Amino acid sequence: MAVQITTKEAVKKIIDKSSVMIGGFLGAAVPLKMIDEIAAAGIKDLTVISIGAGYRGGGVDIGKLVLNKQIIKYVTSHVGTDPNLIKQIVNEEVELELSPMGTFVERVRAGGAGLGAVVTPVGMGTEVEAMAEKITVDGKPYLLFKPIRADVAVIKAYRSDPLGNLQYQGMSNTNPIMATAADIVIAEVDEIVEVGEITCDQIGTPGIFVDYIIQGHSYAERKNVYEELWIATNKL
Amino acid sequence: MPRNYIARRIAKEFKDGMYVNLGIGIPTESANYIPEGTQVFLQTENGGLMFGPKPKRGESNPDIANAGAEPITMLSGGAVFDVATSFAMIRGGHVDMTVVGALEVDEAGSIASWKIPGKLLTGMGGAMDLLYGCKRVIVAMTHTDKHGNSKIRKKCTLPLTAAGVVDMIITDKAVFQVAEAGLYLEELAPGVTAAEIKQLTEATIMNINEWEHNEIT
Repeated sequence: MAVQITTKEAVKKIIDKSSVMIGGFLGAAVPLKMIDEIAAAGIKDLTVISIGAGYRGGGVDIGKLVLNKQIIKYVTSHVGTDPNLIKQIVNEEVELELSPMGTFVERVRAGGAGLGAVVTPVGMGTEVEAMAEKITVDGKPYLLFKPIRADVAVIKAYRSDPLGNLQYQGMSNTNPIMATAADIVIAEVDEIVEVGEITCDQIGTPGIFVDYIIQGHSYAERKNVYEELWIATNKL
Repeated sequence: MPRNYIARRIAKEFKDGMYVNLGIGIPTESANYIPEGTQVFLQTENGGLMFGPKPKRGESNPDIANAGAEPITMLSGGAVFDVATSFAMIRGGHVDMTVVGALEVDEAGSIASWKIPGKLLTGMGGAMDLLYGCKRVIVAMTHTDKHGNSKIRKKCTLPLTAAGVVDMIITDKAVFQVAEAGLYLEELAPGVTAAEIKQLTEATIMNINEWEHNEIT
């Protein structure tokens, strides 16, 4: 069962050197309020696990943690959207662990589902071979990757109820997968509603996976944030 | 040659009922030229199927975006899902076609698009999964780099994104099929000659003599 806490209380679950999974996709559907709180708290030496870097251009969402130099390792499939992060990787201030996007997601899924590895043909014949172990199954070559887990996962959903059941709207992207793969799971939501208001068939992540719920920006506030960002970057 | 020549030429490869994933840039532009009467289901790797154009201001949804985190709309009948499901579609062979850009392609159908050692560091993103899993791979790119060097090589010199996966190459100058035996010139862009293609292409073109012969006679 989940407990509702404040953002300030939630951020205390993350300490220096923690590994933190952050849901979303290149800035979309990310837990904006928690990221701001992590940036404000100045927690250091974080290993951030995220499918990509922050919104294009850097300095936005996860890009704030980059500007603050709070990250020592980035586990991902893509950093091309954040020039500041690329600079820190080139300067060896941040260690980079890459895997192809589909493999990254399955590694997180494996971490949450109690599996021992991900076995995939993707990356054969490329430099990715050096990032994994080669194995043969039924005579075919595959790459074996280890699962990924984190100390804390910070994810974004649309609504939750007091039991921690989460409902998504739009693209849930990495959020429901990361919700399974950390010791502590913090869900930031637009709205917290009564039990039963999210019907059983609307639940994207059952409460069993969720430890803490925090009230994020409302849907209307988030819509404004993204509209402004998209207009400022000539995408809308 | 207008920039949208490539986008228009890609669009001729769309067949009714296809599930297609388009890379950013020119491949995405090709969606503007889908032939009338042809229904194409566009897939985006962050978790959407059957998406439409960008919304009007004031009508965007903060959680409906494409793989570049840009606002899009979902068409009636479209679906949204998580990224594991999305890559089950991609890696699992359920997507009929992908169109991607490239830094280099070679005559064995290998493609380099994600890394220039010491210069370009972005990570591979979903490109390796798309190239491995999609049934048909089309590369859309300029024929030469900004220095005029052929981007269609005998063998890629940059780190590969995938080996031996490319089926077709569409450039601003020509269209090639990549077959078992090698590269075949299929079409010339308006105003381009076979002699020019031969000169601008490092890779061996298996049928270039036929094209040149036809030009002379």
